[in-house]
Amino acid sequence: MLDVRQDFPAIAAGAGHFLDSAASALKPRAVLEAMNQFAGTVYANVHRGAYRLSTTSTELYEKARSRAAEFIGASNPDEVVLCRGTTTGLNMVAAGWGGEHLRPGDRILLTVMEHHANIVPWQMVARRTGAVLDYVGITEDGHLDRDGFVAKLDLQPRVVAFTGMSNVLGSIPPAAALAEAARATGALVVVDGAQLVPHRPVDVQSIGADFLAFSGHKLLGPTGIGVLWGRPERLEEMEPTEGGGEMIANVELDHSTWARIPHRFEAGTPPIIEAVGLTAAFDYLDEIGMESVAAHDAELTNYALKRLSEVEQLRIQGPLTGEDRGGAISFTLGDVHPHDLATILDQRQVSVRAGHHCAKPLMRVLGVPATARASISVYTNNEDIDALISGLEEASGLFGI
Amino acid sequence: MALEELYREVILDHYRNPRNRTALEEPHAVAEGVNPLCGDEVTVELTFGGEAVEGVSVRGHGCSISQSSGSMMGEAIKGLDREAVAVLSRRFQESLTSEDSNSESEFGELAALQGVRRYPVRVKCALLPWTTLDEALSA
Repeated sequence: MLDVRQDFPAIAAGAGHFLDSAASALKPRAVLEAMNQFAGTVYANVHRGAYRLSTTSTELYEKARSRAAEFIGASNPDEVVLCRGTTTGLNMVAAGWGGEHLRPGDRILLTVMEHHANIVPWQMVARRTGAVLDYVGITEDGHLDRDGFVAKLDLQPRVVAFTGMSNVLGSIPPAAALAEAARATGALVVVDGAQLVPHRPVDVQSIGADFLAFSGHKLLGPTGIGVLWGRPERLEEMEPTEGGGEMIANVELDHSTWARIPHRFEAGTPPIIEAVGLTAAFDYLDEIGMESVAAHDAELTNYALKRLSEVEQLRIQGPLTGEDRGGAISFTLGDVHPHDLATILDQRQVSVRAGHHCAKPLMRVLGVPATARASISVYTNNEDIDALISGLEEASGLFGI
Repeated sequence: MALEELYREVILDHYRNPRNRTALEEPHAVAEGVNPLCGDEVTVELTFGGEAVEGVSVRGHGCSISQSSGSMMGEAIKGLDREAVAVLSRRFQESLTSEDSNSESEFGELAALQGVRRYPVRVKCALLPWTTLDEALSA
C-alpha cells in the first residue's frame, strides 16, 4: 500500500474521506508548487517572444509534451497534442477526423459503457456526415461483451471508439486486443483514456490504437489541460477544429495554411501554467511508479469490493472481483436513492459521487436511474473505505433496511 | 441528530408510498420538471372543478426528498382553489429558501421537509415539485 497522504495538502486541510477521484483527483504539493513557482518567476506567453522569459516558458511548455509522450510510451513528442482534456481531445478526433472522412452510412462503433464525452461528439459528427452509430453491449458481470464486439466488427465500422476503463463499472476492456481486431478491419481506433491512464501503466505502442485521449486533472494534475495522442499519419489526416494564432504557417486575407502537427491543433494561447503542473504530475507518478500505483489501486479495490459485498442489500454495478477492473466502484443500497446516500455519507466527511456519472445510456442498460460511486486514487487508504462502510450502515439504519 | 431531522419517518413513508401517482385521464394543466444536475423528474397534472383543484397526479423518480415533497404537495393542494395553491406554493418555497422561517405550523405534514434547510444542495430537491406545480398553474 502506498503512503503518500502527506503529499496532498487538501487532505491535511480537511478533504476527509475523498472518494471521488474518478471525477477529479486531489493535487500533490509538487504540482501546486511547480505551477506557483513557474507563474511567479519565468512565466510568459509561448512560441512568440524572442526574449528570455518567453523562451524559457516555451521550453517548459514543450517539456510537458515530451513528458506526456514518455509517460504513455509514444515514440515522438510531435504525436502529442496538448488540449483542454479528454472531452476536447475526443471532440477534436470526432469533428476533425470524422468530419473529414466519414461518409453517409459509415458506421461508428461505440460501447454502451462510454462516458457522454465519447458518445455526444460522435452523435454530432454523425448528424453532420450521415454516418450511423452502433453500440457494443456489456455482459451480466459488467464487462464489455467481446463476442458482441467481434460480431459488430463484421459490419465494417469506419470508427471504433471505446473506453480504456469504465468510469461507472470500473471494468477495463482489453484495449490492445480490441484495437488489433478493429484495426484489422480498417477502422480508426479511438481510446478514451480518462480513467485508465491515471491508474495503469499505459503504452500506446502496445495498445496499438490510432488515438488516445486523457485529462490532466484526473491524473493528479491541474484542470484545463489534457492530452490527445495520435499516430502521426492520423494526425496529418485530421483537420483542426479551431483556427487562430499558433496553429498557422501563413495567413493571407482569404486563406491560411496550417502549422505542422501537433501545433496546428493548438490554436490560441495554450494552458501554459497548467502544462507545467502536468509535467509535475507525470514526474510525481513516475516517482511512485505506475506499477506501484496499479498495485495500490488493485489492493484497495479488492478490499472495497470485499467490504461492500458484506453490506446487506448493497448491489455493486460492475465486476464483483478485482480482475480486469479498476477502482471506480458503483453501487446501489436497497431503495435508498444515491443522492440521499451521498448526503448521509457527506455528514461523515465521506465524499462519493451520486448520479448518472455522465453515462445515461449505461444507466438505462443497468436499469437504474443513478448509482453512488466510490473511486480510488494513490492517497486513498483502508480507513477511507471503512468510513464509507460505516456511513452505508448508518444509511441502512435511517432508511430501515 | 441532524440526519434524523432530514430523513423523518413521514418523508420515508411518502417516498416509499407516494400518494396520487395515477395519471389523470384528461388533465387541465400539466407540467414536467427536471433537475438536469441530478436527473430527478416530476410530472404534475391537475384538473379543476371551477376554481378548485379537483384531481392531482404527481409522478416522477428521484431522491426521497424530491419524491416525498411531491407526494405531500399533492395531498396538500387537493381541494384548494387556484389562488390558495399559489399562495401555499410561494410560502412553502420561501420557508425553505429564506433566512428565517417560523411558519412550520401552517404546513402540516409538509413541515417535515424543513429539515432540508440545513442541507443547501438538497433544497432544490424539495423545491422541484413546487416549481413544477407553479408551471402547471401558469400554463
